[in-house]
This record gives sequence, structure tokens and C-alpha cells, in this order.
Amino acid sequence: MTPEEQKAFEDKIYAFKGRKVCEATPAKDPVNATMIRHWAEAMGDTNPAYTNTEWAEKSARGKTIAPPAMLYVWNQQGITAASERASNAQSELVQLFNDYGFTGVLGTNVKQEYFKEAAPGDQVFMEMVIDNISERKNTARGAGYFHETVATFSNQSGEKLGTQSFRVLKFIPQDQPAAAAADDARLEVPTRIPSPRGHDNGWWWEAVDKGKVMIQRCSNCQTLRHPPRPMCGECQSMEWDSVESKLDGEVLSHTELHHPKIPGYQYPLVCAVIKLGEGTNIVSNVVGCEPSDVHIGMRVKGKVEQVDEKNMLPQFYPA
Amino acid sequence: MSDYKTLRFADVNLGDKLPALEIPITAALVVGGALATRDYEPVHHDKSAAQAAGLPDVFMNILTSQGLMTRFATDWSGPEAVVKSLDIKLGAPNLPGMVMTVTGEVTALDKSNGVVDVAVQGENNIWGMHMQGTVQLALPEAG
Repeated sequence: MTPEEQKAFEDKIYAFKGRKVCEATPAKDPVNATMIRHWAEAMGDTNPAYTNTEWAEKSARGKTIAPPAMLYVWNQQGITAASERASNAQSELVQLFNDYGFTGVLGTNVKQEYFKEAAPGDQVFMEMVIDNISERKNTARGAGYFHETVATFSNQSGEKLGTQSFRVLKFIPQDQPAAAAADDARLEVPTRIPSPRGHDNGWWWEAVDKGKVMIQRCSNCQTLRHPPRPMCGECQSMEWDSVESKLDGEVLSHTELHHPKIPGYQYPLVCAVIKLGEGTNIVSNVVGCEPSDVHIGMRVKGKVEQVDEKNMLPQFYPA
Repeated sequence: MSDYKTLRFADVNLGDKLPALEIPITAALVVGGALATRDYEPVHHDKSAAQAAGLPDVFMNILTSQGLMTRFATDWSGPEAVVKSLDIKLGAPNLPGMVMTVTGEVTALDKSNGVVDVAVQGENNIWGMHMQGTVQLALPEAG
């Protein structure tokens, strides 16, 4: 788009600001117990205010109510929507965006305010206006415009039940990642970053896979060392064997990792330098307590655990 | 009535954490949630439509996310709390096979009207932040 073309396009879309999408229109069905129960079951919501008549009659409200988050549901068009939706200011705006290549759509924010609870028998009326259209933005999804609709809900007595503002990004889609290509794309659950295993430390990780934490020992001077390496720092011997740690330890130092969260790791995530009873230090996680309870000098006991589908790791618990 | 307790305004403190809720995202939740909110957009029930939109599978609609966020808040507060508002920002999609962990914390208390602000986050284990926002609840004054 040249600047002139963009200006002409923006003049067209901004003309939609303030236009009514619909006058106050009644929902097809009044608020009813059947749709409420269906909703509550789907959401796993066991709130008795929605579905337990016996409880509700004795409660302060004296009756069941509709879940507030259903406010917009009553006026939804349902399965006829896609084919039979009548043209209105919103669909015209969407069409205009699509015609200019802004075919991507992403709901980004919804704000609902509730003034009065709706109950079975109430009739919900909704009116909607196009409230705002942003200037052109470059987003992570592509260049586009945010537009916001504001809906007002009222009941059969004209009392205001609530309002909703809904913000949608219409954007020019970037090339999609390969996800769409694979017909049977399976979600792969991320695991921790695998430990690099080389000539000098592969044996140590293989022992961890079998549930053991080993400590390397110089065959010449018996000095213990960790992490694994080829030569003794004391006597320069390259001969070594190993002993198994009992995993009794003490926290020498610790930190909590917050941000950025790395896929595959469980949070909260405490990393600590732990001094083992045998004398060497190991870097590991402290788990099984609140991060705020971890302190220098804390006694911990380790065990080797399966931390995800692919990895075994030593983890330390309060002793 | 004793089966269902509702928190009183005086019971709640700034910084109180809500019990975390793990929600396995299943096809039944995605599709069932879409239909229970009368949202028949094909991307929420038809895998091929979702794939044409660049995602590997059907994904949760916003009205279900809204429902889960208020459910999380009222599970904590109890049934006599009145939901005053819901302000939600959407992030990464929720797809079948993911697990969303919802956490929350009390971030404001208004003595004048008994309203408590609860900041809520829902993160899925694969793509991260699915939803974050605030639910405002009016709690009863005293028992």
C-alpha cells in the first residue's frame, strides 16, 4: 500500500467508528436452566448458585442465577451464524478488512462488567456499537488494526445487566509455521534441555539414568572431584574410579528462576549449589518446599527421579 | 448450606494466593465449551478448519476461557460472591493435549464496597500464557 492508498483505506475503516452493529435485540431464548447446566458441565463449574435449586432457594439470592460469563452467550446466533448471518456494520467492516488483505483475526481482550445478575426467565437484550479502531500497528502476528465493539446488555424491564468491550486484531497474516502442513501434527510435550553427554561425562549421566549419582575419585591420591573431568587437579593423574553418593547435602547457595520460563521446566524452579556429605558440590534443584523456605545451610536429601518423559535427574528435598 | 462456604471480605488479605487449578485441555472441553457458549466458528470444532488457520488442532474459544477464569475465582470465593467484572487478555491458544495451570492472587481490596480484585493467569505447558486478567468479586461483609 502506498501512503495515499493507506490513507484512503483508513478513511473507509474509520468511518465505521460509532456505527451501530445492532439495536437492542432480544436473545432467541430467555435465560434458562438447561443452557446453564450445559454450560456448567462443559466448564466443570460446580457453583451451586448456577445449578443447585435447593441450595439457591435458601441462599441470599433466593434463586439460581446465570453464570455472569454467559452474558454474551444468550444472544449468540448459534449454528446458523456462518451461513445466515445478516449483514451489519461489523460484518461490513470485517469484509472491508478482508478485501484489503487483513484476513487474519485474533480476539485479544474482553472486558465484561456486570451490574445485575440474570436469572432463569430473564430476557437478555443486546445492543452493540463499533467503538474504536486503532491506528495501524505492527504486531508479532503481522501489520493490522485493533477494533473494539462495545455491547450493552439489559433485561425485559430495561435494567442494565452489564457491558462488554471486545478487542479484535485484524491483520495481514505472515507465513504460517509448518504446523498446518502436517496432516496429523501431534503436540509434542516439551521436556527439559537434555544434558550434553561427551567422552568425559557420558558415564556419569548413564549412572543417573540408573538412579545413581556418582562422584569421580582419583585412583592415585583418592581425591574426589565433580563435575567429571579427565585429570585430577591435585596430582594430575588420569586414572580414576568412582563412588556412589549417599545424597546427603547442605545448600551452599541458591536462586529462583522466574523469567523467561523455559518450556519443559516445572515452576517454581529453585537451583542450588549443594555440598554433598562426601565433600564435593553439585548443582541441582531443591523441590518439595516453598522457594521461600530454601536457605543457606539447609539440610537436604537427594534422590534420582524421572523429571519428564525423557530425563532422569537428581532432585533434592528438605531433609 | 454448610457444604458451600463463601469467604467474607474480612477473611481476605492482599497477596493471598488462590489454590492452583490444573485443567487438562481435552477435545471434549474445547468442542463442548464452544458449543455450550453457542460458538460454532469452525476452528473450535473442526480440525481441518483449525489446520487451515495454521494450528495443529481445534483450539479453545474465548467464551470458554472466560468461563474457566470466573470458575477459578468462584471456586475459591464460594457461591455467594458476586462477580462484578472480568477483564481478560488472550495469549497462546489452548489445544487438546495441553494442560493449563491457573493461578491467582488478591491484588486489591476495596472496603467501601467489599470488592476484591483477583489477578488470574492461565499458562499451558506447551505454549505458555493462554490468558491473564482480573476478576472482581463482591464478598459478603460478615457471617
